Amino acid sequence: MIICDGVTKRYGTTTVVDDVRLLIQTGGLTSIIGPNGAGKSTLLSMMARLLTMDGGRVSVDGLDVAATDSAVLARRLAILRQDNHLDIRLTVRDLVAFGRYPHSKGRPTIEDRVHVDRALDYMDMGHLADRFLDELSGGQRQRAFVAMTLAQDTEYILLDEPLNNLDMPHGVAMMSVLQRAAKELGKTVVVVIHDINFASAYSDRIIAMREGRVIEQGTPAEIVTPPVMQEVYGLTVDVVEHGGHPFALYFHASAVRPTDEAEAAPSGQETGRVR
Amino acid sequence: MTDSRYETRSAEVEGPTDAGLGSSRALRLPSALRSLQALGPWARIGIAAALAVVLIGVFLTIDLGGAWQYILRRRSMTVLTMVLVGSAIGMATVGFQTITHNRILTPSVMGFDALFMMVVTVTIVMFGAARIQQAEDWTVFAIQAAVMMIVSTALYGWLLIGARRALHVLLLVGIILGVLLRSLISFIQRLLDPNEFQVLEDMSFASFNLTTVPALATAVVLLGIGIAVLLRLHRVLDVMALGRDLAVGLGIPYQRIQMLVLIAVTLLVSAATALAGPTTFFGLLVAHMAYATVASEKHRHTLPMAAVMSVIALVGGQLILERVLGFATALSVVVDFAGGLLFILLLIRKKGL
Repeated sequence: MIICDGVTKRYGTTTVVDDVRLLIQTGGLTSIIGPNGAGKSTLLSMMARLLTMDGGRVSVDGLDVAATDSAVLARRLAILRQDNHLDIRLTVRDLVAFGRYPHSKGRPTIEDRVHVDRALDYMDMGHLADRFLDELSGGQRQRAFVAMTLAQDTEYILLDEPLNNLDMPHGVAMMSVLQRAAKELGKTVVVVIHDINFASAYSDRIIAMREGRVIEQGTPAEIVTPPVMQEVYGLTVDVVEHGGHPFALYFHASAVRPTDEAEAAPSGQETGRVR
Repeated sequence: MTDSRYETRSAEVEGPTDAGLGSSRALRLPSALRSLQALGPWARIGIAAALAVVLIGVFLTIDLGGAWQYILRRRSMTVLTMVLVGSAIGMATVGFQTITHNRILTPSVMGFDALFMMVVTVTIVMFGAARIQQAEDWTVFAIQAAVMMIVSTALYGWLLIGARRALHVLLLVGIILGVLLRSLISFIQRLLDPNEFQVLEDMSFASFNLTTVPALATAVVLLGIGIAVLLRLHRVLDVMALGRDLAVGLGIPYQRIQMLVLIAVTLLVSAATALAGPTTFFGLLVAHMAYATVASEKHRHTLPMAAVMSVIALVGGQLILERVLGFATALSVVVDFAGGLLFILLLIRKKGL
């Protein structure tokens, strides 16, 4: 399980993630939701030691991420940020094979090749395996990167906005794959997601953040309710149920503008890109 | 995810877009070239290495004449210097470009060799040229290398490691730093007496004809260490090339590797500059020759190819200059001209730098 204890991140005087205490159980798909500037991506990056913390600690299966050997963590936890840009020219297979680095240290065995092929198949990228990444569409590239994290074969998979660049059918396919990975392969999947309804339809648990704090967490049924949506997004929404999942109808909702604090957070902090 | 949506999706993708490695482009080439394109990285390195060996052979034996023993010894020293300096600069550039995630900046563009010349100038001012020339080559160089190591890891460590800075900022800082250091050096030179000035002047232009045996021996050791570090790290460098976030996610101790490579690069550039003087755009030229010909992004291929390309560029360039064109201008002028053109080309091609 992943435990966040008082995790804090500040940029200058702005506190982006504020004393977050959180417990993510093993197994299942957990979504982190919230408005822009809520600190979702920053929190995810700190969980995966991509970003240093200004306070608190994160432990993964009892391993303190700030103190544990990065190579050890890489066999237990995989992270994928959004907007992955490569300076070099790789084929899809080359990229996915890098996911095996924590295990093979660059000397791939037959077992590593099996993992790579399996990850490619899982993301339905087998037929594109020998294409160069710069020849692919944004959505295909996104799936190649997710295949790489799957090939890493870790207990925990952390994905920052995996639906970025994906149209509706590919978004649905992506979430189905992640749900399957959680169910069939027993992975613990944590995603940062913008669309509350995607989160509702595919998550086992939802963590709602606002202004750097976790304000609610629970099952989709507990989170996707008018009062919680009002609290998280400052938006009055209708919630309907369809196929056992609650869905928020936020179009033409009687919008209340987001509070000043949420708006004031610089946009770069959403992705944790400010360094 | 077994639906047919992906098939239609992939059909939208246009053919290979650039870089000439795609198969559709090969069809337009004559068959000899097409079979060349099918060659693996090691075959390509082998061919290039064979070419380098032939060039070295020609360079050593052409027009030997009467005093052949003397000339052969002299030329062997020159070739050895070229091989050492070339491999060092070539590999250092590839390593540097990997840890800084760009293919425009090189140690020389960032002012590494200007910094080393500054260290040399200051040591000459402090100790006097006479004492420096009397002292054993290696002690002086050891002091200079140590100072260079400290200054450069402090300066470039701060500049390049940790904070992620925009490429154009680094480029500007590097160029301004280079100009500043070179201006300072020429200012200090004006204050020197003629003897000291002469020693510095000899060092300030790239040349492969002035080395002595002890200097070479020292350089072999230092360059050997630097090259060994880079070659040992080749798998790690492959992962580093993916960028910081992916490399950290895959368990690379990112900053430690950056620092280690930076130290190796400093060592290589210092030793090469001490041997042959500053070579502003040489590294850029040979690194890109290697990237373009090796058809692989793996450092186990790009590093040796950069070394081989350096030797081809230096020995071949010298041969063409001396034998074909028949004028005795410095090779560095031509190399810097070609490298400078490439630099401008890369800047233009890199949209939205």
